[in-house]
Amino acid sequence: MPEVIAHKLAEKQKEISVAEFFERNKHILGFGNPTRALLTSVKEGVDNVLDACEESGILPDIYVEIRNHEDGECKLIVEDNGPGIVKKQIPHIFGRLLYGSRFHAIRQSRGQQGIGISAVVLYGQLTTGKHAKVISKIQEDRPATVTKLAIDTNKNRAEVISQDIMHWDKPSGTRLEVSIVADYNRGKRFVYDYLQSVSIVNPHAQITYKEPDGAEHLFERTSDVLPAKCIEIKPHPYGVELGTLIKLAKHSKSRKLSSFLKSEFSSMGDRTTNAVCEKAQLDKGLDPKKMSREQFLALHKAFKNVKIMAPSTDCISPIGETLIKRSLKHETQEISPEFIVTASRPASVYSGNPFQIEVGIVYGGSLPKDKTVKLMRFANRVPLLYQQGDCISTSAISSIDWRRYGLEQSSGKGIPSGPAMFLTHISSTLIPFTSESKEAIADIPEIENEVKLAFRECARKVQSHINKKVRRVKTREKFELITKILPEIAKKSSKMLDKPVPSLDKVITKIMDVVWIEDLIEYEKTSVKPVQSTLFDDSSEKREEGWITKSTIMVVNYKNKPQKFNLYAVIPEDAVVGTVTPKPTKITDNYIKWNLDTISPADKRDICFELAGLEKEDFDENDLYVENINLSYIIGADKWEGD
Amino acid sequence: MSRDYTKVINSIDSIASKVYNDLESSEIPNLKLPTRTRSNIRFDDKLNVWKYGKNVTERSAKSLDGAYMMLRTMYMVDFIKDMIKANKSSTLREMYYISEGWDLAKFNSQPESDSLAEDLEVITNCMREDFKLRPEEDGARVIGNFTIEEMTRNKTKKKIHCQDDVGDSGYSIPYNVEPEKISFKGADADFVLAIETGGMFDRLVENGFDTSNRAILVHLKGQPARSTRRFIKRLTEEKKIPVLVFTDCDPWSYRIFGSVAYGAIKTAHISEYLATPAAQYLGVTPSDIENYKLPTDKLTKEDINALKSELSDPRFQDSFWKHEIKLQLSLGKKSEQQALAKYGLDYVTDTYLPEKLAEMGIVKK
Repeated sequence: MPEVIAHKLAEKQKEISVAEFFERNKHILGFGNPTRALLTSVKEGVDNVLDACEESGILPDIYVEIRNHEDGECKLIVEDNGPGIVKKQIPHIFGRLLYGSRFHAIRQSRGQQGIGISAVVLYGQLTTGKHAKVISKIQEDRPATVTKLAIDTNKNRAEVISQDIMHWDKPSGTRLEVSIVADYNRGKRFVYDYLQSVSIVNPHAQITYKEPDGAEHLFERTSDVLPAKCIEIKPHPYGVELGTLIKLAKHSKSRKLSSFLKSEFSSMGDRTTNAVCEKAQLDKGLDPKKMSREQFLALHKAFKNVKIMAPSTDCISPIGETLIKRSLKHETQEISPEFIVTASRPASVYSGNPFQIEVGIVYGGSLPKDKTVKLMRFANRVPLLYQQGDCISTSAISSIDWRRYGLEQSSGKGIPSGPAMFLTHISSTLIPFTSESKEAIADIPEIENEVKLAFRECARKVQSHINKKVRRVKTREKFELITKILPEIAKKSSKMLDKPVPSLDKVITKIMDVVWIEDLIEYEKTSVKPVQSTLFDDSSEKREEGWITKSTIMVVNYKNKPQKFNLYAVIPEDAVVGTVTPKPTKITDNYIKWNLDTISPADKRDICFELAGLEKEDFDENDLYVENINLSYIIGADKWEGD
Repeated sequence: MSRDYTKVINSIDSIASKVYNDLESSEIPNLKLPTRTRSNIRFDDKLNVWKYGKNVTERSAKSLDGAYMMLRTMYMVDFIKDMIKANKSSTLREMYYISEGWDLAKFNSQPESDSLAEDLEVITNCMREDFKLRPEEDGARVIGNFTIEEMTRNKTKKKIHCQDDVGDSGYSIPYNVEPEKISFKGADADFVLAIETGGMFDRLVENGFDTSNRAILVHLKGQPARSTRRFIKRLTEEKKIPVLVFTDCDPWSYRIFGSVAYGAIKTAHISEYLATPAAQYLGVTPSDIENYKLPTDKLTKEDINALKSELSDPRFQDSFWKHEIKLQLSLGKKSEQQALAKYGLDYVTDTYLPEKLAEMGIVKK
């Protein structure tokens, strides 16, 4: 009797060990070669620390050290000042793949799958055969735990080799030491770039990096404010998959379909719930646990055919324009860029997942003029260093014609060339990566569109900056003319003829023939609470010490007729307005408006406002607009186009 | 004997007065002068030379550049006035260095100050000699059977025969060639030959062309200086000797001829002092390239553009030039005077020049 084939096959069918899985898939997990492996290990370690610190409300202080051994082996050390990990959990977190706290929650975080840090431990074990060492301390007055561990690759369980206690000076924190096979010499550039990039989008973090030769780099903290805590949200019906829907129903405590929908999903009120049930032709009173596959299918289909309110977007924690600008400025100091502009889009939604785009442009300075623009991409504050060409942000940038903004671009398509750096940051509860290595954002039209809109806004600011520069040169020339050259001409000609020097006021008015607006920004260190403007009743937040930004605007009427117009000064949203003179007509979150009194020819007005709540140089350029005057009369401001 | 400079001082003061009056009457100061470009030169039938036309450029203090120019103008006229009062003179280069001390009014380069000095000539109808400004000694040379009487710096008159009293490099033309400085005494020659390059001048001297063909040889040294042009004009008009111009065969050499015969665009305000309308072009012509089968170079892009621009230059509108320039454009080639050496060192003096002179009716065969 012939053998049953299935039996024969059954002999070969067995569980695949994680080690084997890892070995076969190491390229998608970012360990494809020794150069990549170095960066991926640093990255997983640092991401883990940042997430842990933010969750526990601690400003992260991260220490990264690499020791290079000659035989192609490196020792990686990542240490933090986080909350520490309880003894019992250490083996699970570092020695077990697919174990984590963030996978099930729908909210913005860096790591999601729980592969990260344990993958580094596993990679180290597979390539060097050495054990990983974890030191962790959870409370100030208790000793630290030292755990040496390995991973049992058959069982996907940690194997604790030894566990001891030791004295550690830190109040709390965790230190991981792991040996890995890595190409330090080829990978070091990426590690530095990565840490610098992390620092840009995580201005609240301080990172110290020690290289094998002992060189230490400090990426300083530029903000003492932790990112707003991300709120967990329920899944939105638009984004839920059929399988997930069935699973949610099986585990639901609700006994009725209507209450299941309302309690397990976001944006589902009575009306929407009714509409969905009606569309799916299902009874609202059905027991979700007893629904058939066909019924789920109908429900899933109905989700897509009913207009459901977008999910709330307060679960997104963007970095903010001011902070992006500040950390870009801090990290590009040695380039001394000419200017930095940023733009932030309102939150938006794709397939039921909220997301938000922020972008920035660094321009000029010692950036190379003949190379393509450097793109810095970030997702949930994590730098994306590879697969730039596959990323939707890259195609969005490439589709904009940059030529009119002073950059070169052949036929108005592709990544432009010129002295600039572009930053793109997407925040989302679910970043749609193209693959597991999480290096590129997938081709989602909603996201592409938002990136485009954000860069267009930035480009407009670049344009206005360039215009302003040209105008400033003109203004400076005119000023030189009327203050230096013209008086000299008058002096010389009167001396030659032995006559008195004539008055130049009227000639100056004729030469200028404009209303001239000039501004100056100064910073003053203060320990006094800023005075809140009289237009607001509620007093401002208390500040012990900080910088006051003082902006002075001078308006001179060099026309031969009196002029009267309205002036607008744009202010950053997160600034607190202090003293304003003269009394403004209106103050909003975004601007201050003055209806100026009539200015006679050759007369001058000084306008001042103070801003608090900003660091020095956060606000370094006035954006001035005018209204109710012929724009050709004005030098130093643009036309007000409305709010 | 010192000259009366009252008229010069008056014209200089009128510039300062114009600016001062503008300022006093609350006008933006401005100065007007003829536009000094190719498009604004007109043939003056009375003087028989090319002069500036009616187009006027306004220098206004409304722009920063204009204001700077005006301030520099003020400083320059003041400086000239001081020189006249102190009975001194300076070279253009000296004035440029003096302007270094003019603070805001200093020049960025010497061509700028030279050009402003020309502007002042144009505005005031004076010559730069009136302003006590002179160029660098330029040292163009002349050899031939005639005598010059020169007033030396010791205020004594000295007679110099331009063959017997000079070496092989000839008599060096001073910057001032006005009657108070030099006068022409005896001259026995059939024609003046103005030569572009030093190499060809020396070749004719070595071959004794000045004696064998009764010629006065003048070295132009490229684009000739004012004094060289003035010297040629006086020599030919006072001694009634025809002038022939002998240059390379390229568009830049035609401009050398143009400035000798018609007047240069830059100095069109004093063309009647400098230009010799009777001067004739001897060669090398594009036709010569073909007739004498001369070695050639290809025309460069710049050459072609220069030729095309000469086709629309009002000074080159006669049929001879139109024909030759068009011929050269179609040949696409240029040649040099010294290319004649292809047929031997004596070819130019034994064959080429005699043939050309006969052709032009200057000498008989």
